Amino acid sequence: MTSSMTEPVLSIANLRVAFGARTEAVRGLSLTVGRGKTHCMVGESGCGKSISALSLMNLLPRGATRSADHIRFQGQDLLGLSDREMARLRGDKIAMIFQEPMTSLNPAYTTGSQMAEVFERHRRTTRRQAMDRADELLARVGITAPGMRLGQYPHQLSGGLRQRVMIAMALMCDPELLIADEPTTALDVTVQAQLLRLLQTLQQELGLALLLITHDLGIVARMAHRVSVMYAGQVVESGTVSEVFAAPTHPYTRGLMACIPVPGTTRTGEPLGSIPGVVPRIPPGFVGCGFRDRCDFATPDCAQTVPLRGAGSDHSYLCRLPPDGTRVAAA
Amino acid sequence: MHLFLIRRLLLAALVCLTVLVISFTLTRLSGDLAASIAGPNATAADIAIITRNYGLDRPLAVQFLDWARHAAEGDFGRSFLYHVPVWGLISDRLPITLTLGLTGLAIALTISLPLGILAAAREGSAIDRGIMLVALLGQAMPGFWFGLVMIIVLGLDLQWLPISGVDTWQGYIMPGIVLAFSAIPALMRLTRSGMIDALAADYIRTARAKGLSRSKIILKHALRNAAMPVVSIAAVQLGFMLGGSVVIESVFAVPGVGYLAWDSISKNDFPVVQAIVLFLAVIYIALTLLADMMNALLDPRLRG
Repeated sequence: MTSSMTEPVLSIANLRVAFGARTEAVRGLSLTVGRGKTHCMVGESGCGKSISALSLMNLLPRGATRSADHIRFQGQDLLGLSDREMARLRGDKIAMIFQEPMTSLNPAYTTGSQMAEVFERHRRTTRRQAMDRADELLARVGITAPGMRLGQYPHQLSGGLRQRVMIAMALMCDPELLIADEPTTALDVTVQAQLLRLLQTLQQELGLALLLITHDLGIVARMAHRVSVMYAGQVVESGTVSEVFAAPTHPYTRGLMACIPVPGTTRTGEPLGSIPGVVPRIPPGFVGCGFRDRCDFATPDCAQTVPLRGAGSDHSYLCRLPPDGTRVAAA
Repeated sequence: MHLFLIRRLLLAALVCLTVLVISFTLTRLSGDLAASIAGPNATAADIAIITRNYGLDRPLAVQFLDWARHAAEGDFGRSFLYHVPVWGLISDRLPITLTLGLTGLAIALTISLPLGILAAAREGSAIDRGIMLVALLGQAMPGFWFGLVMIIVLGLDLQWLPISGVDTWQGYIMPGIVLAFSAIPALMRLTRSGMIDALAADYIRTARAKGLSRSKIILKHALRNAAMPVVSIAAVQLGFMLGGSVVIESVFAVPGVGYLAWDSISKNDFPVVQAIVLFLAVIYIALTLLADMMNALLDPRLRG
């Protein structure tokens, strides 16, 4: 594949995921992740981030259906793959780690056996070779005495260690794309910082394409090259991190930014911003802006189809408001 | 693991002792032993002689300790009815009951495990509902009735299997099936619900994200976690089959311990009853212990 040097590792166009006729959880998501790049999907709980990730892996819960113009991975459209072909990619070229390190490993098997299993599946190796590989990767993710850890069960490891094991397990087969769904949310802040640093190092050294899902703009600022801000199943603003952070344009992005205290600027005792209300459940066929019920700038026009507008060289957003226009709160 | 075993064994000894004290007291409270040994035509003098000869005039605690001392030496006394050592009566019948119980358990597991797994893997489908309906029917069907129907159809009409006795191995088939049917609904339901829980767990999502095959996900990752309650209940069910096979043993005329127990209770053959209670208690405790140990093998968290 000669185009693989320039073509993004992952390119999604117009992804939709519906749960029956009542809810559309993802509504026309498009994004790309380049080789060696981190793309962050950010948004609050229930906005469709995890469902998008699971739909890429074809691991959606029963009752959910996906459609898209394409989901292209290394030039191959994943939509056309059978379950068997997709299973061959999972854990091999596309790996995923999850939010819950405490429950994501099987309590009944040792870490070594769970790590070896994925290598044996995709590389057809002996158990010994797979164990050597697991040992190597545990050392790689900064676990001391990997030989001992291989023989231990998940309940004998701390949360941070378990997530390191999950990361090592995801890297067993040298994936091209790593999907990380809130990998540090369940961990305390010091461990979180260590793991983020680890992910960053691994990505640079291995040239991974990383699709990182988070609700934390601090993590986005630190980790991402590109960011997609999701709201109610749509990307409401996306672009390079520098452009989006320099000039957040969608009212939702601005609201999210206002929720973060800035050292030196936010004064003690001053209330932090918050966005009242919760993410609505949106049925298929919904027209207009999904944020309009919570938006200070909403007008009746917001019930119409919303245009995608540019706000810079590599920065777009989904709102009728002009990029830097004078904004007057509706009420 | 050693501490675990020692604790369990101490607990087991206590349970045995409690069972014995209670059963000893109950048999003595259930009527005048001397009168029932002497029979309906006995005079008051006969009963007095029997009372003295059998030591029934001593305090209950003394009688119990006397019995326990002999039992510890392997002497369980003589049957009031058959006038032979109790141990001989039981040891003749124990292999039959054990064979029958294990046959029943084997049949029950071969049917309920695959069906329970299948129902869970196809949760909510027509297959699942069909399997659960069979479980419901099995639960609602009385064992003795099912046994009689089988005797009529398989034994008398088709003449495939012997209708009574266990002189050949074929004799174990029908009572084994009837015993199995009493255990199948519970085992199948537990397998199904355990598998449904396990299949919804986060580690199953991880296994799928690793690209593992469906059969490996179900049989390796989910089944091992779903198996623990099934193992525990299978042990209890085997205990029921061994101790509670009275009805089945009488329907199929199987000369086992269950039948002996019923006979001895109804005829106040106190030494036999007492010894059977002890054996059943020991068997139950051993089975529970075995189940706990198997669970510790299945789940590393229990090994502590």
